[in-house]
Amino acid sequence: MFEEYLSLLLKAIFVENIALAFFLGMCTFIAISKKISAAIGLGIAVVVVQAITVPANNLIFTYLLNDGALAWMGFPSVNLSFLGYLSYIGVIAAIVQILEMFLDRYVPALYNALGIFLPLITVNCAILGGTLFMVERDYDFGESVIYGVGSGVGWALAIVALAAIREKLKYSDIPAGLQGLGITFMIVGLMSLGFMSFSGIQL
Amino acid sequence: MKTTDVLFDPVFSKNPIALQVLGICSALAVTGNLRITLVMCLAVILVTAFSNFSISLIRNYIPTNIRIIIQMVIIASLVIVVDQILKAYAYEVSKQLSVFVGLIITNCIVMGRAEGFAMQNPPFISFVDGIGNGLGYSVLLIAVAILRELFGSGSLLNFSILPLVKDGGWYVPNGLMLLPPSAFFIIGFIIWGLRSWKTEQVEVKDFSIMPHNGMNAGISKAGS
Repeated sequence: MFEEYLSLLLKAIFVENIALAFFLGMCTFIAISKKISAAIGLGIAVVVVQAITVPANNLIFTYLLNDGALAWMGFPSVNLSFLGYLSYIGVIAAIVQILEMFLDRYVPALYNALGIFLPLITVNCAILGGTLFMVERDYDFGESVIYGVGSGVGWALAIVALAAIREKLKYSDIPAGLQGLGITFMIVGLMSLGFMSFSGIQL
Repeated sequence: MKTTDVLFDPVFSKNPIALQVLGICSALAVTGNLRITLVMCLAVILVTAFSNFSISLIRNYIPTNIRIIIQMVIIASLVIVVDQILKAYAYEVSKQLSVFVGLIITNCIVMGRAEGFAMQNPPFISFVDGIGNGLGYSVLLIAVAILRELFGSGSLLNFSILPLVKDGGWYVPNGLMLLPPSAFFIIGFIIWGLRSWKTEQVEVKDFSIMPHNGMNAGISKAGS
């Protein structure tokens, strides 16, 4: 049991890194990776939101949307899974909003640090992607908690690493047209090739 | 603001992927095969155009505080329609696209155009803007997909173009092209090319390297 969860966690962080193996959350990944401090803030926000939304959406899917999920209410033949996208994005938007209000009230220091990044997370594909992978792979509640944390940590790790490289890159002499966006793409490509070396590992 | 400008500006001069870094999440994962890419592009063009149109229709009635949620709901409903149509008429393709159809919801192009254009402009021009940005996305995606499929498996739309060695031809396929990271390199090179052509898109450097001073120049001269 414990080993199974550990291998799922490691798989979500390294082997199936949600940023470098599935390219999710790329827009923010490239836009907010110019400074390490900002990257760390966004990384933490993603871990927190991912760890809450994936299990929450798992409950919604299991008890409301899945084929026959409404049996506990007395509607065994109802299948609402086509409403999936709408419900997941609604849940994500609502949780981000609640988290923002909660942090503002009780942990103002963290709220100020994460400030502008929290609303951005609603439209981060990594968050919705985590939920969709959870549904596609039929994780149960325990697994979805682990998967949520793991994929969030993997994404955070990738963005902090990229920000560190880009901070050093400021001092290098890059051809004019490749400056900024172009070179960043190539670096992410190289990082992604590097992370592919994890893919042969059997856990 | 001319309609043709609204339609064609996003294709080259203001390409949403190359200039604004929007919507690249899906750009990378679905470009291994041209057929799948075409389906994905069509889906994105439809969703962007119709979400722009619908949001623009009700733009004066949307309260500012909850506009993001309203936009999300409209976009998500359109994506559900696209997804159901794909599942009904192109089941194999929809299986291969897996989660990426759903991820059109969080495609920054759709959201960005809704927020940045449709909220201020009347419906028709917003519809055209949606199609234009969808096309800008498609042009880049299709270019990447053609390169990857042609050099990765020697075929286009599953028709063999370069006969492979294993089928008795002469072309040895480049395996890297089939791996997802190759999309990053190709997009990087496309951006480089685009910015060499339209130099006003080049980003300003934070620092520049100082020219060699006399002593270093002397050493390098002596060395050569």
